[in-house]
Amino acid sequence: MKFFFIYILVYALHFNVAFALIQVDITRGNLDPLPIAVSPLHVDPASEQIEGIKVKNLGEDISKVIENNFRSTGLFNPLKKDAFVQKPDIAHLKPRFEDWRLIKAQALITGKLLVKDGKLKVEFRLWDLTASKELAALAFTTTPANWRRISHIISDKIYERLTGETGYFDTRIIYVSETGPKSQRIKKLAIVDQDGQNTKYLTLGNELVLTPRFNPTNQMVTYLSYFRNLPRVYLLDIETGKQEVVGNFPGMTFAPRFSPDGKKIIMSFAKDGNSDIFTMDLQTRVVEKITEHSSIDTSPSYSPDGKYICFNSDRSGLQQIYVMNSDGSGVKRITFGNGIYGTPVWSPRGDLIAFTKVRKGKFYIGVMRADGTGERLLTENFYQEAPSWSPNGRLLVFYRETKSGPKGEGFSAKLWSIDITGYNEREIKTETDASDPSWSSLLSK
Amino acid sequence: MEFKTNLKNILLVILATIVLSACSTAKKAGSGSGDVYTGTDTVEYLASGVADRVFFATNKTSLTTKSRETLRKQATYLRKNKKLNVTIEGHADERGTREFNLALGERRANAAKDYLMTYGISGKRISVISYGKERPANSDSSSLAWSQNRRSVTVKVK
Repeated sequence: MKFFFIYILVYALHFNVAFALIQVDITRGNLDPLPIAVSPLHVDPASEQIEGIKVKNLGEDISKVIENNFRSTGLFNPLKKDAFVQKPDIAHLKPRFEDWRLIKAQALITGKLLVKDGKLKVEFRLWDLTASKELAALAFTTTPANWRRISHIISDKIYERLTGETGYFDTRIIYVSETGPKSQRIKKLAIVDQDGQNTKYLTLGNELVLTPRFNPTNQMVTYLSYFRNLPRVYLLDIETGKQEVVGNFPGMTFAPRFSPDGKKIIMSFAKDGNSDIFTMDLQTRVVEKITEHSSIDTSPSYSPDGKYICFNSDRSGLQQIYVMNSDGSGVKRITFGNGIYGTPVWSPRGDLIAFTKVRKGKFYIGVMRADGTGERLLTENFYQEAPSWSPNGRLLVFYRETKSGPKGEGFSAKLWSIDITGYNEREIKTETDASDPSWSSLLSK
Repeated sequence: MEFKTNLKNILLVILATIVLSACSTAKKAGSGSGDVYTGTDTVEYLASGVADRVFFATNKTSLTTKSRETLRKQATYLRKNKKLNVTIEGHADERGTREFNLALGERRANAAKDYLMTYGISGKRISVISYGKERPANSDSSSLAWSQNRRSVTVKVK
């Protein structure tokens, strides 16, 4: 389970800070994506053979991962490689800008790689074709098995250079893998790269598991497990595989999340028909009661500065979203629209809260400002819920279920992502059906 | 001891009757949501004539007149079978968010448990578990299926 920790050396060849002519505006839906050419990386012929990896194809494979990342943003349009006019090694040295401009590319990515002494060295350059100059160049050294992560890290660097925003490609999504009939689903915790590759299963499916969430360093997961038919919040160390129950509550605990500093878990505890919100300090084991109300209080989520908590309560009669101070004081209702509201999640930027809204039998994923104003519904469907933010606060991942027939036929659960502009809705293809996604933070910061 | 327990039970029954009559007046005042399932499909039986489950309205956890009748039969059955312990499973339909549904299921199961207790069944004999929307009795995506899934089910502990 060591896949979270890799050894990467970064050399800044140079990062051109001069004013770039190409600049992608990501604050609006982009209907005119930027044409970009991702040249296959040149594979140094001196490269060694490595078992399990086709080194000969690695340059092509890395460029495909990068291309796919850029296509998935909806902001870029990676051009077809058969129109490319220069060989990878020559383009990487110095592109003939006018030739690349002929195929209407505005940005070009070139690179080369070498496998030597069991290490993979990758170098890339980003070129502004309009201004005929280099924008960025970086080199990485790592183990060859990490070539996908390198591809994502390169994608992040380019994305950051062209949009001015932090990237989100070197990230993973933890989710619940689902198989079997609708009435007896088998559920396992699974982790997948943000692009749907590299699936790893963390539990065997012997007991029902729900709602996994990463801690800020992505090494721990908190989730709900029905181990021994006692639904409790658990903590899982991904590296060691060690699991433990969180706290000693005489009843069901559920809806867990980490505090932004990773020191506490906030969750609901249900007893005698009443659910309240509690925190537990993972080090001191001190348990604190945050809400005390005869209503259902659940789905708590901290603001990124840890000062506030948004949560879901039916204290007004139906499910609505509330915000309070982190000690439980100053509870304020923030949703007043038609319909019911659930699953509030605070954006990593702090400005927005994403939510699920149910109205007239339809389910919506939406965002609003943290005071409840400026509600925008991004997508409508038969059933969808549980949004989770990309670490840069630009996208949401959520799950969607389809309507089923009398025997449960036609039922499916899939992960989807959408830009907070409401554009670029797309399925994240997983090996099995999937639900309850939670996006990691950037793996390499 | 035996006598004492019995006395306690009788007191509880009297108490329950008072609570009940108060409830039934409230009911008339109009808490009646129209989508509580009243049929017998999917229902199983703890014993002859003793249904294992009761149904709820959308987003509601209150017991209907019919539910109370079912639970009174369960209480009678449990009083006769003193060694029997039960688990009450609370469920929700698929038209709500997962976490809220877990809370809703827990509240529904406890509504049934509380009612059994007012009929003299010790809380020690009843455990409660919520499955939220995880274990539908009917897998269809229809109003009928959803009404059959909004339920609490009393299950014998073996």
